[in-house]
Amino acid sequence: MAKVVLKLGDDISTDIIYPGRFMATVLPSETPQFAFADHAEFNARLRRKEILGGSVIVAGKNFGCGSSREQAASTLKGYELVIVARNFARIFLQNSINLGLRTVVCPDIETSEGDELEFAGDKVVNTTTGKAFATLPLPKARQAIIDAGGLIAYTRLRIMKKS
Amino acid sequence: MGMTMVEKILAGATHRPFVKAGDVVEPEVGMAMSHENAALVINQFREVFKDTGKEAKVWDPSRIAIIFDHRVPAESSKTATNQKRIREFVAAQGITKFHDIRGDEGGICHQILPESGYVLPGKVVVGTDSHTTSHGALGAFAFGIGATEMASVWALGVVLNVEVPLTIKVVAKGRFPKYVMPKDFILHLIGKISAEGANFKVLEFHGPAFKNMPTSGRLTVCNMSVEAGATSGIVPPDEETLRYLREEAKVKGKIEVFGPDPDASYDKVIEIDVSKLEPQVACPHTVDNVKPVRKVVGIKINQVVIGSCTNGRLDDLAVAAKIVKGKKVARGTRMLVFPASYKIYKQALNAGYLADFIKAGAVVMNPGCGPCLGVHQGALGDGEVALATTNRNFKGRMGNPNAEVYLASPAVAAASALKGVITDPRKGGR
Repeated sequence: MAKVVLKLGDDISTDIIYPGRFMATVLPSETPQFAFADHAEFNARLRRKEILGGSVIVAGKNFGCGSSREQAASTLKGYELVIVARNFARIFLQNSINLGLRTVVCPDIETSEGDELEFAGDKVVNTTTGKAFATLPLPKARQAIIDAGGLIAYTRLRIMKKS
Repeated sequence: MGMTMVEKILAGATHRPFVKAGDVVEPEVGMAMSHENAALVINQFREVFKDTGKEAKVWDPSRIAIIFDHRVPAESSKTATNQKRIREFVAAQGITKFHDIRGDEGGICHQILPESGYVLPGKVVVGTDSHTTSHGALGAFAFGIGATEMASVWALGVVLNVEVPLTIKVVAKGRFPKYVMPKDFILHLIGKISAEGANFKVLEFHGPAFKNMPTSGRLTVCNMSVEAGATSGIVPPDEETLRYLREEAKVKGKIEVFGPDPDASYDKVIEIDVSKLEPQVACPHTVDNVKPVRKVVGIKINQVVIGSCTNGRLDDLAVAAKIVKGKKVARGTRMLVFPASYKIYKQALNAGYLADFIKAGAVVMNPGCGPCLGVHQGALGDGEVALATTNRNFKGRMGNPNAEVYLASPAVAAASALKGVITDPRKGGR
């Protein structure tokens, strides 16, 4: 069971997720402090560790649009959040897969903050409302990277194979 | 069945006779570009080699370009330290296509790459910047990637597991009316298909309006293709591409020129008659919230920004300078001008444009990204409104979530600076 801790609309940009003014901070160990920095209340809840790992952010279309900044993925990965959206912007989705941030594409998802979700194979069940919603598979080219545990591990395998 | 422009490039970069949308390929990289976020790439690059017993050497230092532009000169000690680390890495790895904070070679990455001849048609270009799509203007397949993906490229020289994208063909007919610019075309297209209308796809640009468009305008259009979600924008190379590469970028070697096959398969075709276009404005807080300027004239603006990787080229500055020459920027409105590179800065200086700006009351800044990403050089106050020739108007973009950003062409921006309100250049300009 995973709780919906934040419900967002369409076109949530990387400037919302990780504002540009914090981009000089690059290390995945340091970026989580600025997650949703302009969303002061949610940012404070994260930093106070009130939100459990595995909790869910639900968004509309085009989540993560905008910049290629990887901080937008690492800042959410730092809290082990799960992002369920109707669809994702390309670079954000790739960064998430590369870093191991869990993303779920669910075009018809209906939830409210506080609802409990269950991830069951190719669907998401909202156990609060009793409704189930189909999920779409991630781009097939990317599954191998997830299976390897992220792009660093995947690339390392390739380097070893090269010699 | 034939291939689209990008399918052909990916076939070439993987030494295959044929690829089609949906195939998974690992293309060789022609150019790999980063800016200040190379600091993170370096970190991830070292992680990749950790415990492998191998030396962390980049695959080919001549195919890596690093340009400082996002925070120049450094706005904080943290940035200055990142830049210092990058300089050390560049020296240790023998990377020569490095553009430091210098008046003889500095500028914005998406201008430095084209003007330095680092981008060639038919090649794969990746950059740790979403606006890497710009380089499709020269017929390359250019797309943005994250820092970890770049670390993987630096190690291997290929992009791993790329799914060949579908392509949307965009045909632009007619001639641009006066004061209607390539920026208006791309804003109109984004408004029409939405901020996710080309998600995971390529926009391939055709038609007489593109044949007659200088490379500067093609760079504007391809630059903002990502704002429709596109993986890349691309203009098949032609005489203008060759002219730009030979005359302006001083490319000496062989340039391979090919277009898509006539029987290529497209996801869909969109036709736009540019002769019917009006100046466009993207309203807060999404780039696809596009309206003709006549619907927003009169909105008070506190800051005008002309420049960026979208609209900081000589043609853009020329249009703006002609509008403000001999006039004054309205009191209560700040006008900031950022040429896209020092080469352009010098050209604009020699042409008298910079003097026109300064005499009108504008502030001419050093080439770089300026306030576009909200770090420095022109943050907005609470409740303030900016009109910028940049590419994003997301909430908080120019450094303040309690401010608003409108996006428009250099003509709309310059005309608006004179009046202090959003102005139709066909009426407010000269």
